[in-house]
Amino acid sequence: MRNLLEKPSTLRFPYERMEPVERMRAKVSWQIDKCIGCSLCVKVCPSAAIKLIGRGRKAEIEYNVGRCIFCGECVEICPTQTIFTTKEYELTFTRTRQMVTRFRRTKKKRKASSKK
Amino acid sequence: MKPFKIPFGPQHPGLEEPINFMFEVEDERVIDVKPRLGYVHRGIEKIGESRTFHQNVYLAERICGICSFAHALCYTQTVEELLGIDVPLRAKFIRTIMAEMERIQNHYLWLGLTAKEMGFETLFMYAWRDREAVLGILEMISGKRVNYGMTTIGGVRRDITEEMTERIEKVLTHLETRAKYYKNVCTRDRTILKRTVGIGILKPRDAVSLCAVGPTARASGISEDIRADEPYAAYSEVPFRVITYRGCDVASRVYVRIDEIVESIKIIRHALRNMPKGIIRVTASQRVPEGEAISRVEAPRGENLHYVKSDGGDKPARWKVRAPTLANLLALCKMLIGVNIADIPVVIAGIDPCIACAERIVTVDSKTRKQRVWSGTELWRYANEWYQKR
Repeated sequence: MRNLLEKPSTLRFPYERMEPVERMRAKVSWQIDKCIGCSLCVKVCPSAAIKLIGRGRKAEIEYNVGRCIFCGECVEICPTQTIFTTKEYELTFTRTRQMVTRFRRTKKKRKASSKK
Repeated sequence: MKPFKIPFGPQHPGLEEPINFMFEVEDERVIDVKPRLGYVHRGIEKIGESRTFHQNVYLAERICGICSFAHALCYTQTVEELLGIDVPLRAKFIRTIMAEMERIQNHYLWLGLTAKEMGFETLFMYAWRDREAVLGILEMISGKRVNYGMTTIGGVRRDITEEMTERIEKVLTHLETRAKYYKNVCTRDRTILKRTVGIGILKPRDAVSLCAVGPTARASGISEDIRADEPYAAYSEVPFRVITYRGCDVASRVYVRIDEIVESIKIIRHALRNMPKGIIRVTASQRVPEGEAISRVEAPRGENLHYVKSDGGDKPARWKVRAPTLANLLALCKMLIGVNIADIPVVIAGIDPCIACAERIVTVDSKTRKQRVWSGTELWRYANEWYQKR
């Protein structure tokens, strides 16, 4: 009987959302200008979600959320703290190519690379 | 009356995962069972050979969704043995706490599912609501609800802080009162007693000879628990009781698990209060020296065994897993003989089967002799014709 007077244990999802916890690991993102292209994240990734295109400081990252298992190993291993976890957890897509994100360097750097 | 053969599964509302049982029934009684595995084989062991030791920790976690920590812990312990690493004591305590939390959440889940099989939907809702509290803590500590990613080769990845300890204590008190309430319900409620007492009997002699493990064996009065027999992590420093019941039926399996929840809560409390300070992780090299090792862990469902063979590189040469469900499957077939058809789901749920766990190892052999399988419509038509002839 007591349960009749209590609030429901569930949330009314589209209107109410779970507060993500502090340590939550979800989609990762790159501050690509800080990247030195060491490819440690590519080596450590258990599910081959990260691809390195180019070399060294010109390298760009292609990240596939569909493959990512959100283990956070890449965040821990990155020597320049380029990679960080976001709290984005509602990851649904209608097309496969929407899952792939290409992190591009800012224009200034790209020009420098094209001159070479 | 001639014995009938009834196929049960691979897709059946009474089963959570695909497995096929061929029941031979006489009237309402089951006289023979033949299980058939092979519907969710994923080839995890083979994938593991093409990945590095560190990457395989995450693969090991995904062998089973519910006992993910037990599998990852067992795998990391095996690799640590090969590497000769001594894990820091604080990491060992955190591992113990995580493993016990997982046991609590698994037993609540199991209690809910078994209640559902009995047709007791209210208990199912209650148990799953309380399970959310444990999942909340696990999420707070590790950042994930199911595949925690906590243990790694050489220690654990995240620490438990002071504020977390406070919140954990609070939730543990709540869970303890709930567990005692469920014990009360399960020993008194007529619905539960009618569906569980004296059903799915597994005699202690059979449990030993068929190598039953975990709560299934403990409900038959056999005191075997890897935590006590061969302590790993910090279990040698925490006092606890191995819970056994002598009922040998589904009811005893329910009581064993509820009592284990209470015991796990005590273990977590003791571990939290006596946790030493210090580092939680030591660095481990990528390359693992040549050799082979095994490790055993008491997963919520029973004994878990991992074997790793290394050839000196950064990838395992062979990785073999024995999950508890596989060990319990033979005992399950023994239990099912003699029960009524209506009791089949409860007995199957009684061992807490996790088919995806067991599916790496069994080779399916269907050639034997030709069997006639009755489909639902065929059975129905046969029954009608049989009655018309009379």
